[in-house]
Amino acid sequence: MKNIWIIAKKDLGSFFSSPVFYSLTSVFLILNGFIFFNILNFFSLQSFQAQQMRGGGMGLNLNEMVIEPSFHNMAVILLLIIPLVTMRSFAEEKKSKTFALLLSSPIHLIEIIVGKFLACMIVIGLMILLSSYSTGYLMLVGNPEMGPVITGYLGILLMTGCYVSMGLFASSLTDNQIIAAVISFGLALFMWIIGWGAQASGSGLGQLLEYLSLITHLEHFLKGLISSSDLVYYLSFILFGLFLTYRVLESSRWR
Amino acid sequence: MIEVEQLSKSYGPREAIKNLSFQIEKGEVVGFLGPNGAGKSTTMNILSCIMPASSGSVKICGFDVFEQALEIRKIIGYLPETPPLYSDMVVYDYLAFAARLRHVPLKNTQSAVEKVIEKCSLKEASDRIIGRLSKGYQQRVGIAQAMVHNPDILILDEPTIGLDPIQIIEIRKLIQELALSHTIILSSHILPEITQICKRVIIISDGQIAAVDSLDALTTRLRKGERLVLNVRRNNSEILEKLRALKKVNAVTEHQPANYTIDCEPNADIQDEIAQLSLNNQWGIVELKPVSMTLEDIFLKLTLEESEVP
Repeated sequence: MKNIWIIAKKDLGSFFSSPVFYSLTSVFLILNGFIFFNILNFFSLQSFQAQQMRGGGMGLNLNEMVIEPSFHNMAVILLLIIPLVTMRSFAEEKKSKTFALLLSSPIHLIEIIVGKFLACMIVIGLMILLSSYSTGYLMLVGNPEMGPVITGYLGILLMTGCYVSMGLFASSLTDNQIIAAVISFGLALFMWIIGWGAQASGSGLGQLLEYLSLITHLEHFLKGLISSSDLVYYLSFILFGLFLTYRVLESSRWR
Repeated sequence: MIEVEQLSKSYGPREAIKNLSFQIEKGEVVGFLGPNGAGKSTTMNILSCIMPASSGSVKICGFDVFEQALEIRKIIGYLPETPPLYSDMVVYDYLAFAARLRHVPLKNTQSAVEKVIEKCSLKEASDRIIGRLSKGYQQRVGIAQAMVHNPDILILDEPTIGLDPIQIIEIRKLIQELALSHTIILSSHILPEITQICKRVIIISDGQIAAVDSLDALTTRLRKGERLVLNVRRNNSEILEKLRALKKVNAVTEHQPANYTIDCEPNADIQDEIAQLSLNNQWGIVELKPVSMTLEDIFLKLTLEESEVP
């Protein structure tokens, strides 16, 4: 546990001392803010119209019309941002030959992987935290239901975990950061849209593809629902990604 | 302390090292010598548990490198061929990170880092970013990283590569100091370095051990022939012929006028004969002395002979 934190702390240090983190965070916050503004603007227009027509803005739900689409959009932006956060994890270590330092130290490979996972999660968690001013603003001016907001953040975090574990896997495959980013972006997007194959395939396979899709499971969280099926899916997804990373790194030592 | 038996490693079909066996005692300073691509780095990577061997066994302090890698990593310090430096980190932070990685307790980290900074004379660089340091400083940070947890065994892969002569002398001095309290394995293809630092040499060529011995023993063993230098006062053409006519003389070459090198068979002991010859013909002998071959010659000879074997 101590070793994991040593690795994570080192990675966090290099994140915060590099311009990559600041540019990624800025882009994330600007896109997120712009989308939030437009969604909110649309909502206020709608409620204004509804008020004029019916004489009362009843039936318009802040959770459904603002928070849920905001989360959806955040998931898309994260899809673009996370590969750029994870790409350096192993690729850079391998390129600059610093991986030998970690490998010749008395720490287990699993601890290295989990440490790097933790560092990426903290970085992205921080980005999400910075963007949560939007939710705070809604709480200030409106009265959203808190349950779906909390489960929404939980869902987004779990989904982030999946992206990160795929990103680490991609980064372990190569010593080129760009290739790592492209592979992890491709993987993440594919796992997002894999459910689209459901229509073309039979009912059995279709259900499976639907279940494998990252986004299907997020829906429940955004509606305020925590189901064990979704939790198991996300957690096993993360573990599987980390396991693949472990296998790749372990086998690369033999070559 | 280190026992290597029948160690082999192949990368795909290419065999990097073949059946290496050697032993290293506690406190020894051993040099790995060999041309580029001989398998030095591969051997060192296996010793420091970074890479598993294809076959054979390595035991360090009784621990097996494959089974008990974590135990071994606690007692070794490793400087790979390319120093594993994070170019965006400050020297002090980097060394502290390396110390923590090697299980130096948090409360001792500061003193451990300060000690290696002192030892490797990194004081003026300790708050600078590694990427901006000169190659010599970076190499020293690499060595500092390997010894920050005060390991029993130091494995240094080409520690002086790419440095300027003054830096090389400094690093060499540092290694000599470290040799007093550590077991050191050092690789190099720069020969004077090995002669100065190491007491024992393992010469590797084409992935196989060409020789394991102390420097003195190597020199005697490899002096298959002897070489004499003869300097005379009065030069004339008959000298060359008369020397060549001597028994047990293999070859005579004239470098400068009146300066000859005589290659003869081992234990020929022909100094007396040459002196007599010189007296009889009034060459006016100025100098007649045997030359011992330098390690460079040995090295060249070894690797050349290895490649001649079919």
